[in-house]
Amino acid sequence: MSTAITVPSSTGQPPAAPAAQEPKPLTKRELAADHPTWCPGCGDFSVLAIYFKLMERARIRHEKIVSVSGIGCSSRFPYFVQAHGAHFIHGRALAFATGLSLTRPDLHVFVFSGDGDAFSIGGNHFLHAARRNVNLTLVVMDNQVYGLTKKQTSPTSPLGFKSKTDPWGAIDQPLNPIKTAIAAGATFVARTISTNPNHLLQMMEAAMQHEGFSFVECLSECVEFYEGAFDGANPRKGGVFNTVPANHDVTDELAAYELANAPFPGYFGIFYQVKRPTRNQREQEIIRAAREKVKDLKDWQILQRTFDRMK
Amino acid sequence: MSETIQSASPPAAEERTHPIQEAVIRIAGNSQDGIQAMGQILARLAGRSEQEVMTYMTIPSTISGGPSIFQVRIGSGEVLSAGDEADFLLAFYQHSYENHIHSLRKGGIVLYDTDNVEPKPEWQKDYVHIGVPITSQTIEAIGGTARDKGKNIFALGLVARFFDLNVPKLEQLIRERFQGKDESVVRNALLAFHAGYAYASNHLKEVYRLAESRKRERPQVVMSGNEALAYGLIAAGVRFGAAYPITPWSDVMETLRRELPKYGGTFVQAEDEIAAVSMAIGASYAGYLAVTGSSGPGISLKSEAVGWAVNAEVPLVVIDVQRAGPSTGMPTNPEQSDLYIACFGSHGDAPRVVLAPADVEDCFYTAIEAVNIAREYSVPVFILSDQSIATRIEAFLEPELEKLCQDISPKFDPVPDHKPYDLNAPDGVTRHIPPGTKVLSGKYPVLTGLEHDEMGHPSASPKIHAAMTAKRRRKLQALAKRLPRPETYGPNEGQVLLVGWGSTRGPIREAVDRARAQGLSVSALHLRHLNPLPNGLDEIFSGFRHIFVVEMNDEGLYGYGQLAALLRARYCNPNIRGINKTDGLTFKVREILERLQEKLNALQAQPV
Repeated sequence: MSTAITVPSSTGQPPAAPAAQEPKPLTKRELAADHPTWCPGCGDFSVLAIYFKLMERARIRHEKIVSVSGIGCSSRFPYFVQAHGAHFIHGRALAFATGLSLTRPDLHVFVFSGDGDAFSIGGNHFLHAARRNVNLTLVVMDNQVYGLTKKQTSPTSPLGFKSKTDPWGAIDQPLNPIKTAIAAGATFVARTISTNPNHLLQMMEAAMQHEGFSFVECLSECVEFYEGAFDGANPRKGGVFNTVPANHDVTDELAAYELANAPFPGYFGIFYQVKRPTRNQREQEIIRAAREKVKDLKDWQILQRTFDRMK
Repeated sequence: MSETIQSASPPAAEERTHPIQEAVIRIAGNSQDGIQAMGQILARLAGRSEQEVMTYMTIPSTISGGPSIFQVRIGSGEVLSAGDEADFLLAFYQHSYENHIHSLRKGGIVLYDTDNVEPKPEWQKDYVHIGVPITSQTIEAIGGTARDKGKNIFALGLVARFFDLNVPKLEQLIRERFQGKDESVVRNALLAFHAGYAYASNHLKEVYRLAESRKRERPQVVMSGNEALAYGLIAAGVRFGAAYPITPWSDVMETLRRELPKYGGTFVQAEDEIAAVSMAIGASYAGYLAVTGSSGPGISLKSEAVGWAVNAEVPLVVIDVQRAGPSTGMPTNPEQSDLYIACFGSHGDAPRVVLAPADVEDCFYTAIEAVNIAREYSVPVFILSDQSIATRIEAFLEPELEKLCQDISPKFDPVPDHKPYDLNAPDGVTRHIPPGTKVLSGKYPVLTGLEHDEMGHPSASPKIHAAMTAKRRRKLQALAKRLPRPETYGPNEGQVLLVGWGSTRGPIREAVDRARAQGLSVSALHLRHLNPLPNGLDEIFSGFRHIFVVEMNDEGLYGYGQLAALLRARYCNPNIRGINKTDGLTFKVREILERLQEKLNALQAQPV
């Protein structure tokens, strides 16, 4: 029994001291680690600030969250947060976080990624994490360009975008992250923008509370290599910020898909949210059923039974 | 010499019994005929009868069947290999007969299905031919509707009589084999078995009886190498794994997927090889040392992520059930050509541990050792098995599970402060704290693939990179000091030392036995730890004039196989040479001895 993977904290023993002993929410000072290496004016600063705010409001302790990332500007995120974190290889943060989430249902797992990391090199993992409905939150800071490598086309770069690898303008149809997530089976799909912190916080909070795979696409401007990309969605720059219509049924997959089809700047808010058993719950059910048959046995005795059949 | 008993001739007047020490039985048919089931029953019987057994099989890499063989070597003494030549061939079809008759020793017996095989007169003087209408007799025994299903069990009945095997034990094994299926299936199987046995009793004049074997202190278990790996990992306390299907690795993951939930664990079939290794690393990071595995093509894909685990110093077990490469290669043939990728597969200086089990039993214990090294040194550990160990069945002494099974679940006790990459840690070994652990100083670790300072934060300082590179290397040097020095098989000095690793141990030892019986000065050395190598090999090598590394891989551009090249690089010993082969087949004992002789002759012919 003792070697079993931790059961969800609602039914089992949380590994660390209960939060009740420390009711005071963490402050930004306690949560901030390295000074971010992003360029001045980068949209990602806002996501980091809102993440701290989220922790503060949720009264979460350092040790209960894990920030996981891949490679790219946005993926530097874990270094800037004073909590357990992992900066994994390019594109594979979701797979890493899947192993983490499945073994540790007591933790809040956040994955921070960019458009290249999540939709290009990591595209396959995006699809499969969504369809598995692994319990974690994915925040993609989408700037529609490869920034860290200095301006190459990304899978979300709009047609005609001039980059170092498309000097005549991008010629491939950009990927629509919201439609892709819905089609892949994500159970929470939202879109927000770094220039609207209140909306960003709302989306992050809803995502965190969602049981299952929650995906937030956050438009986050790269001031170095794609300046002004999202002005059209920023009222202060003359754009319009259209929220998802109040009468939109978030469980209606087709309606969500149609909303996501709207041309830029499109809509912001929760496009789609349904309840479906998570992979974490499914695994726990399988484990419970299997352990029911061996409940009075120690691990070595279970193995002994198997070996007795191999004689 | 031909002895055909196709029709119901009168029962043998008197039966002659020949005592034998061992028998090599080759069953040749198509993969859908259940010849593997038949072979497995024979192997299990040997295990239960305290005999030694080793099997060898080939499977076609196509789905819908095709020619396939299963070879069982049963012996009263030590069985080291699956046997070079068969004593007894059971041939179901013309192609089975024609393709495998030459695997028989001269004077060996071929028992063939007269319904499907036309024997060749020119082979009848070299091999004893016994014809039995297996197909029609099976149909007669269990009724026409079953067509020729069950002829494997009919044939098992023939073999049982032929080798005077224990009938009640076999009946029990047949029942166990089909248990859970419809009762009529068990009944038909037993009918077929008894029909085969009775047919043989009525028609065979010669019976062979295996000598009693020595009593063992514990019962034997019978399993394949892949099963032994899976159960070894479970005994070692592994409770999470992730992988992608690939031959010949898949049944390790199938076993773990089925078994782990009983122990509170999980195994995930990932969307691809990279996701699989990444999930496993994620679980290891979470505190549950995890396993991933594959065969060559998948290992290539995993290499980048393994490099992350080396750099972030996260423990991990990676199993590579090697098959013939490169690229897709030959999926169902063994080879030992992944040693380099296991040792050096990731970019950069990325030292990791590589172990190789020598046989099925060793798969079980190597899995446990791999887990313990990975945990102790916070490092990825490769286990290099191969297709031949993966699929073959052996009987071995039941492990003492109560003693061996271990609990490696993580602890979450708060720590005052934590430096994940402490450069002053003893031997440079990192001790991570799993997420969920409270750090009282409020400073939390980030694990990373970037070069990092002692706290895990990115650093491009020249001094740090040099020191961290050395730290990751130093811990394996510390491990090397603790590895046991391997013992030679045979005297520790002489003319020739045969060095091997992995699945070649059996045939190499048998080659030593045969060579020494002929008065030749030949010993063997088997290496289980390939990276780091154990210390002290130079002393062993100094006792021999010639050192030949016997490997199932290519001799390479410069004339040395993969282990031979590593040994030459390390010891600069010009007497180290290679005996290599790349035909996708395991070494035969005879082959090793012939190749050795050729090499020695060539060396002698060289001007001094």
